[in-house]
Amino acid sequence: MSETTQQPILRVRGLKTSFRTDRGTVTAVDDVNFDVFPGETIGIVGESGCGKTVTSKTIMRLLPERNSIIDPSSEILFDNLNLATAPETEMRKVRGDRIAMIFQEPMTSLNPVFTIGWQLDEALKYHTKLDKKGRRDRAVEMLRLVEIPNPEQRYKEYPHQLSGGMRQRVMIAIALCCEPDILIADEPTTALDVTIQAQILALMADLKERLGTSILLITHDLGVVAQVCDRVIVMYAGRIIEQAPVSDLFKRPQHPYTKALLESIPKAGKRSEDGRLPTIKGIVPSLFELPKGCRFQDRCPFKEQKCVDIEPDLTAHAFDDRPVRCHFPRNQEVDLTTGATG
Amino acid sequence: MWSYILRRLLYNIPVYLGIILLVMLALRVNDPVTAFLGKNATQEQYDAIKADFGLDRPFYEQYASTVWNIVTLDFSARSWEQKRPVGELITTAVPATTMITVPALMITAAISIMIGLICSFYRGRVADKTLMLLAVLGMSVSFLVYIIVGQYFGGYRLGQEAGLVPFDIEGYDVRLSTLTFWASSPIEAVQTWLQYCGLPVLISVIVAMGYDTRFYRAVMVEETGRDYITTARAKGAGSRKIMFVHMLKNAMIPIITRVMISLPFLIVGSILLEVFFSIPGMGRALITAINAKDFPVVEYMSALFAAVVILTVILTDVLYAVVDPRVRLS
Amino acid sequence: MTAPATQELNSTETAEKAFVHAEGIHKRFPVHGGILNRVVANVHAVTDVSFSIARGETLGVVGESGCGKSTLGKMVIRLLEPTEGKVYLEGSEITGLDHKQMMSVRRRMQIIFQDPYSSLNPRLTVRGLLKEAIAFHNVVTPDKMESYIDELIATVGMRPESKDKFPHEFSGGQRQRLGIARALALKPEFIVADEPVSALDVSIQAQVLNLMKDLKEQLGLTMMFISHDLKVVEHFCDNVMVMYLGRVMEKIQSDRLREQAEHPYTRALLGSNPIDDPDERRPLTVLQGDVPSPLNPPPGCPFAGRCPEVQDRCRTEMPPLEMRVNGQAVACWARM
Ligand SMILES: Nc1ncnc2c1ncn2[C@@H]1O[C@H](COP(=O)(O)OP(=O)(O)OP(=O)(O)O)[C@@H](O)[C@H]1O
Ligand SMILES: Nc1ncnc2c1ncn2[C@@H]1O[C@H](COP(=O)(O)OP(=O)(O)OP(=O)(O)O)[C@@H](O)[C@H]1O
Ligand code: SF4
Ligand SMILES: [Mg+2]
Ligand SMILES: [Mg+2]
Repeated sequence: MSETTQQPILRVRGLKTSFRTDRGTVTAVDDVNFDVFPGETIGIVGESGCGKTVTSKTIMRLLPERNSIIDPSSEILFDNLNLATAPETEMRKVRGDRIAMIFQEPMTSLNPVFTIGWQLDEALKYHTKLDKKGRRDRAVEMLRLVEIPNPEQRYKEYPHQLSGGMRQRVMIAIALCCEPDILIADEPTTALDVTIQAQILALMADLKERLGTSILLITHDLGVVAQVCDRVIVMYAGRIIEQAPVSDLFKRPQHPYTKALLESIPKAGKRSEDGRLPTIKGIVPSLFELPKGCRFQDRCPFKEQKCVDIEPDLTAHAFDDRPVRCHFPRNQEVDLTTGATG
Repeated sequence: MWSYILRRLLYNIPVYLGIILLVMLALRVNDPVTAFLGKNATQEQYDAIKADFGLDRPFYEQYASTVWNIVTLDFSARSWEQKRPVGELITTAVPATTMITVPALMITAAISIMIGLICSFYRGRVADKTLMLLAVLGMSVSFLVYIIVGQYFGGYRLGQEAGLVPFDIEGYDVRLSTLTFWASSPIEAVQTWLQYCGLPVLISVIVAMGYDTRFYRAVMVEETGRDYITTARAKGAGSRKIMFVHMLKNAMIPIITRVMISLPFLIVGSILLEVFFSIPGMGRALITAINAKDFPVVEYMSALFAAVVILTVILTDVLYAVVDPRVRLS
Repeated sequence: MTAPATQELNSTETAEKAFVHAEGIHKRFPVHGGILNRVVANVHAVTDVSFSIARGETLGVVGESGCGKSTLGKMVIRLLEPTEGKVYLEGSEITGLDHKQMMSVRRRMQIIFQDPYSSLNPRLTVRGLLKEAIAFHNVVTPDKMESYIDELIATVGMRPESKDKFPHEFSGGQRQRLGIARALALKPEFIVADEPVSALDVSIQAQVLNLMKDLKEQLGLTMMFISHDLKVVEHFCDNVMVMYLGRVMEKIQSDRLREQAEHPYTRALLGSNPIDDPDERRPLTVLQGDVPSPLNPPPGCPFAGRCPEVQDRCRTEMPPLEMRVNGQAVACWARM
């Protein structure tokens, strides 16, 4: 890839989103900075509740206005627009046309009372000047592109007549029908079986290749990340804690959390001597009771006094130019086949 | 679908026959002739009336002939009280009732669905809170208070005295029950309708709206949380499109259910309205007949109400299948 | 590990030798319809499954969603009645026992449910939850109740003060620990763990798996471990049974799975699992199509429609589960 020479198409700076809840205002993501370059696939990984969905929905401005607050100083720069502050009418032109999104639950993401064709047609109606016939042809073509057998027939069918995998294909068809610059996929395969997951991942890779779409792939499955991403963003408790090209991250995770996360997955075909997995003790802190210093401190084996007192920034350290949010980053190779640090 | 409807109709035949049987039996618990004539009648009068009303026949014969008349749509049986065929009574009463119930039902549904949508959209904000408070207030006042206050202010003070609203306190113009009137002079028909039916319709709308808006708001709030809404927004759909196309169509099942089950209540409500506003509709006719022990009228009218209810239930199920592709009629 | 690695997986093996043994069990769920609400079709959830689990052994059951894993697990401990077939515990048949006789058996066989959120009664505190089960089966005398509950809570690695909390006050991983505590409360010998870690995050998953591993060893538990994650099964189980559309496709020792698995479906499962190493990227095996409906399972091999090695015979005739030397068993015409 040649990001160095290219301009990013999306530039996120200081993104901060809070929610008003019964227990007071809680900041779900804070100080999130990253770039998306044309044609690349970025993975966002992290535990449940770390803010992956909030980040992506903030970019699309899809959070309920009722109780969410995007901090006015946040910048989501896309095509001369700051999506964090752009008026809703501008957002509607971006959504579905320039940035599209697919979701975790293929079973409920489609509207059950309209046909597949109607739902594809809707997106085309908003963003293209095609006439009725043109939209229909385009929709059928999209269904064929996502490898739905019998697209003319399926066009007339309702979501409940399709399997989960097929519905996710339809979602992808809808998302890609206006040829967006960026596709945000929020756990697109989590609800699907592995064999269907493989189909969807292959399809996404193939479409990316053909259409040149950048993909922001949200997942908690490190295997999926290793398989399809170019770069990875690791989040923890509302913060980005590490960002790296995919093989660097897997080979030399620098943040203690990333390292522990990689170690704690059972390794394919290998069992450790005592049959036990390395674990991360404890649980993620509640967003209401965040510690003053590093958010990972309670679970971190390398904690020192500095970690308790000062929260680390997301900065590069002497031995590398990768940004890590840790005072004492690791700098060791990990043997991926056994998970042990060498 | 037609075979489904036919099957449902067949299933309901025994139910329907049972209802007629029950009504007729209930009316005959006390000797209907004595009830009709009072205690002081002579034996001759008694016998004459009994023969005249056909009550000298055995019960099964009476039942069979009533059922037969209903099946063949023969409503020539005579009212005891008014000495004219029941059919005539029904043909004048049904349009009058329809003039009130149907607009009331439709206006209530349309307005409360609207308010429900708006409230769900502005959930938690001032507009929502105000509307919901009004709904609760509206619900806590009795129907009768609305009628009395409505007649006084709407009909008398604002209508007759001030001439600000086109409402009369009570009454009805029989021309409204004829198609020719509506066809020949529609503008005058609408004015006349407003004059006599406007107020009762308005009152029944206000009465029902508190309950309905709260119900529809709950339905819509549930819909706003669904994943497909997020998908639609991610496609670039605007709020209006989402509310009136995506959400509304998904909410059709609860909406249909609600409208259909409110029908019987509306009929009961129309009895009160018709009595207070002197509208010669079904409700008033039924009440008068019950008070006058006019059994043929009671029997045939009950049969008619029962038929309406059964047909509504079947229609409801058919509509479910029409609005929701996941529902299959079988 | 206590389980002998060479454990025979033969379904014809005598029921006495195995701790838990199932013989040709089927489950069909009737589908009602029509005017008279008659049975118009059957969901073939589980078809002709046999297996044995030796004392102390853990049998992994893998397969895609809807292939009958949970149904099978529930039948083994008779939370569901098999439509056909027999289940034995230590050589004596438990299918056919009446309610009363079942009581003592039930105590010995417990289940950990898939969903840590909905499987715990939200209105009971942890103490209440545990007490209910313990008292019902008279596991300990009432005066020892409190100390027994403390012991259980400590066993699953939770703090004593957790006793007075309600399920919603715990995180997913803690709730799954509670599910385990409840299953252990009756001192069972056999546990069906139905996707105990599927709903959990990786870092929590490792904690729970370790806990289960420890308990299994300390208490000498025999387990049936249901999962759709091959890596977890490989890590945790001694033997693996691969199911597809209600049928057994392959049985194999888990440490031989990756290299020696023969069945095309098992191979496809292995191949469609992404490897956690970006430098070893290889194209994922992509199977065409979807799992057929269990309502009208195809007459031959259920995998025939998606199988890369399909032969004519596969479409018409179900291959038998053929034994191999190492206790491996494969049901595939292309592997005969
Ligand atoms: N509408 C909301 N109101 C209040 N809090 C919210 C809302 N949406 C998200 N949050 C909070 O924000 C935090 C981040 O949530 P988010 O959905 O982004 O997590 P995630 O990383 O996507 O997790 P998962 O893997 O479970 O999808 C959570 O603690 C969540 O409780
Ligand atoms: N009570 C029931 N009535 C009818 N069909 C049922 C019932 N329970 C399960 N099934 C069907 O039996 C089949 C097997 O279901 P089961 O729950 O055992 O699958 P599973 O392998 O556990 O799937 P998952 O991985 O999704 O939990 C499915 O097709 C399911 O729809
Ligand atoms: S800053 Fe300290 S506590 Fe936080 S991850 Fe680094 S070493 Fe651990
Ligand atoms: Mg999420
Ligand atoms: Mg299951």
